[in-house]
Amino acid sequence: MAAISLQTETMAEEVKLFGTWASVFSRRIEVALKLKGVQFEYIEENLSNKSPALLKYNPLHKKIPVLVHNGKPVAESLVILEYIDETWKHNPILPTDPYEKAMARFWAKYMDDKLLPAAIKVAMSKGEEQKGVIEEIQKQLKTLESELKEKKFFGGESLGFVDIAANTIVWLVVAQEALGMEILTEEKFPVLHGWYQRLVDDAVFKECMPPREQHLSFVKVRFGSSTPSK
Amino acid sequence: MTSGAVLQEEQVKLLGSWYSPFVKRVEWALKFKGIEYEYVEEDLINKSSLLLTSNPVYKKVPVLLHNGNPIAQTLVIIEYIDETWKHNPILPQDPHERAKARFWADFIEVKLTDVVRTALITQGEQQEKAVKEAKEAMEVLEGEAAKLKGERVFFGGNNGIGYVDIVLGLMCGWVEVIEEVGGFKLLDPQKQPHIHKWVANFVELPLIKPTLLPKEKLMIHFQMIRQACLALVARK
Repeated sequence: MAAISLQTETMAEEVKLFGTWASVFSRRIEVALKLKGVQFEYIEENLSNKSPALLKYNPLHKKIPVLVHNGKPVAESLVILEYIDETWKHNPILPTDPYEKAMARFWAKYMDDKLLPAAIKVAMSKGEEQKGVIEEIQKQLKTLESELKEKKFFGGESLGFVDIAANTIVWLVVAQEALGMEILTEEKFPVLHGWYQRLVDDAVFKECMPPREQHLSFVKVRFGSSTPSK
Repeated sequence: MTSGAVLQEEQVKLLGSWYSPFVKRVEWALKFKGIEYEYVEEDLINKSSLLLTSNPVYKKVPVLLHNGNPIAQTLVIIEYIDETWKHNPILPQDPHERAKARFWADFIEVKLTDVVRTALITQGEQQEKAVKEAKEAMEVLEGEAAKLKGERVFFGGNNGIGYVDIVLGLMCGWVEVIEEVGGFKLLDPQKQPHIHKWVANFVELPLIKPTLLPKEKLMIHFQMIRQACLALVARK
């Protein structure tokens, strides 16, 4: 750690992260930066009153997260993760082998293309529709289980790109508790549940999770009018 | 362009459909690198066991098989190609430039390609919404194309094409056909002179020109897709 701080000091690097405390996307970036021991300034954005800085650094989408490194902005969470991995090369998040890397990118995209939209939908739907979406998510979780197999993490022995992108599952577990749904259970998904426990127990990941009680309230307030379905 | 593939017993196979702009992007990437490959035309109505085992998650093309190992998802495949065959780089070397290229590729996929596809297979309000979003995306891309000056006619560096150009290539033929089939207007040389210029330059490239498909053939096919999708919705 000392060697890394020395490096950042001598290079006078300025790293800023614009995010929001409950955002699955900006929390990914926090995990990556902390895994690499990169010092950064965190700026909490109010999305109903976006700062001029955010609008300047992400004029097109006006969204968080945005990473600003020595004045240069990078947007889109998976793009930012790759940037971090290519800029600070120690403690790699992505595999070095091109095929393994391709697999990691495929599964990270799966999280955002499939799991995330379904997770949002499940929180916003009720009754029969919600049941249907829960089934859909459970099929996706089964797919992820067969991808994980015996591994400790999707990245192998330690957290990697896919595990970071899979933080969506942590948000899903919060939603299921806040809204009274049963989606990811130890009974139905023993393998994935084991992974989930290791993820939330990981020293770095743990530090980057939204405070649980606040997160539960946030979800209840935002999506709370759905009737629970068992 | 030396072909690295000749040195080893490389086996590169591409599962595709002749009309797909996604598959075409992968072909462009392979040709750009001079990689020898076997093209396998897939029947997407009767999917082959090879396709189903190679891409069990999405069951779609393109799928690249390298020495038997399958890779799916167009952008993932292109990055794999770039990292496996390192000559003639498709993505820039500098991390910030790479991030910009990936940002724009993602923008083209999500804000343009996906909504154009929606516009093809919908009508009424749904189609209007998709067309509006596509127009907004075109405005943004026109702004980016306007930044190309002097010798730089493509988004890739060094007077050549790169990642963003390959991804944007669906502008060449497909969008025109989809406009006509879907009954809406998206491309306008007056409003988008720089995109128009980019297309004109792209289609003349010796690498690209022979790969482009006859408009009539694409029209018939996309007409079929539109009709099938609208009929499916009507039945629900």
